[in-house]
Amino acid sequence: MEIKCHRVACGFASGPALVTREAISFLGNVDARTAIVVDPAHELFGQCIAGKVLIFPGGKGSTVGSYVIYQLKKRGLAPSAMINIRSEPIVAVGAIISGIPLVDRVGEEILQIESGRAVMVDADGERIVV
Amino acid sequence: MLLCNAVAGKEFIARGRKPLIMYLSREEEAIYQGERGETPRRMMEILVALGDIYGAEKLVAVKSVQIAGVSYKNIGEAGLEWISDLQGQVVVPSILNPAGMDLCRWQEMGVGEDFAQKQQQIIEAYRKLGVIIDCTCTPYQIYEGIAGLGDHLAWSESSAVSYANSVIGARTNREGGPSALAAALVGKTALYGYHLDENRLPTHLVEVEAELQGSDYGALGFLVGRIVKDGVPFFRLQGPRPSADELKALGAAMAASGSVALYYVKEVTPRPPPSAGQPEETLNLGRKDIDEVYAQYPAGGAEAVALGCPHCSMEELVKIAGLLQGRKVQKELWICTARKIAQANPHLVAVIEESGARVFCDTCMVVSPATERFARMLTSSGKALAYLPGLAGVGAGLGSLEDCIDAALGRG
Repeated sequence: MEIKCHRVACGFASGPALVTREAISFLGNVDARTAIVVDPAHELFGQCIAGKVLIFPGGKGSTVGSYVIYQLKKRGLAPSAMINIRSEPIVAVGAIISGIPLVDRVGEEILQIESGRAVMVDADGERIVV
Repeated sequence: MLLCNAVAGKEFIARGRKPLIMYLSREEEAIYQGERGETPRRMMEILVALGDIYGAEKLVAVKSVQIAGVSYKNIGEAGLEWISDLQGQVVVPSILNPAGMDLCRWQEMGVGEDFAQKQQQIIEAYRKLGVIIDCTCTPYQIYEGIAGLGDHLAWSESSAVSYANSVIGARTNREGGPSALAAALVGKTALYGYHLDENRLPTHLVEVEAELQGSDYGALGFLVGRIVKDGVPFFRLQGPRPSADELKALGAAMAASGSVALYYVKEVTPRPPPSAGQPEETLNLGRKDIDEVYAQYPAGGAEAVALGCPHCSMEELVKIAGLLQGRKVQKELWICTARKIAQANPHLVAVIEESGARVFCDTCMVVSPATERFARMLTSSGKALAYLPGLAGVGAGLGSLEDCIDAALGRG
């Protein structure tokens, strides 16, 4: 299945999907040293986002979240790519400064993908392949 | 946790509107495609991404940039690494937000060695990019011509953004650290939000039925920001025309207790766009409302007193020096200002410091970790009142400038 999308941050990557219906605040929800979601209230609590194609509606919270994404990348613990329904500035800026492919403007159906399925994100070609 | 890096509080996404893909000139497109190198490509990618998110049609050249993301307390190791990794030179005059310490007298502030070293590394990384090392929330107090009526800017610090939009009549969104730096390195920003007339229309009429002075403006802003949130208030004030410092205090407090980035004062500030109609909502505030703020945040019990949020102007230093001359403080008293203001007024600094007070530059009580050792501080700033409890875990009281000095002298 191929899905059209909009490029936010360029690049091309693939990996197992990790899907949540909840927005993510990288500052607070995710531990920058382990890439594990540490907020017990979050749907992804206890999961590691490293190497995953992280699919979530969008970001929220503090703009320091952009730097947290960069820190994850520097430690080799960043998601391989990210897909949003609609990107907001924190995740968009975080992905760009970190060189992580990020696309958005896809339908809500994307959140139905099962976690673990192989997903490829081609931000430059503005397409997602599941 | 975060003070100065907030991206615009206002959501400019027009829901249901067809998403726009921004127009780029041939040169902008070349940068976006990486033909001018990796750092410019990423910077342009930030500008284009934000432009797409907020529905901008194109980029616009900026006259100056004020960059947030300076205090190590706020951006940490991750931010330091990112800035240090960048290459290139800024192409428009760019200065910095306050740092986490006085860059020269940090030891006197009680800042630790490790923090100081990291803070200096951040400053050096910005210097390498061609950023002017003035760390201040009041760039308009030290550089004439950095912003004028109708100029497009990319400023970060919320009170500076408010002053630029409202008092100067320039146009800027509240930029985050990376987006401000992107604007500095490219010389442009995406045309959306407060750059456009349609987002500069008053939303609330605020009738103030009292004559205000000094810290009353901070108290007023503290109240109004909580009510109007990201709105655009239009004030009708009584009494004497507010000074530049009073307008600075009003805007700073509204940007802290709410996320107001633009306001108007009838017959004082530049006017709203011609298309502005009557605001939909009206607020009526009087002396009683202002006095309630003071009552809620009493002056007593403070261990230390801090003035200069936003950074003191020369006029404020004159007033403070006058009140302190020939006296000795009983409590720690910090006066925060821009280094250039302090350097231009050594006699005032000397009078203030002879009293035992300290004039700290490049920083303030809100962004420095040195504040955290106090249980309670007294301030004349509605902005510091809003931030000290949450960001530094410090209780805050509000008083006039005179009350603050009296408290420091042990007469409060």
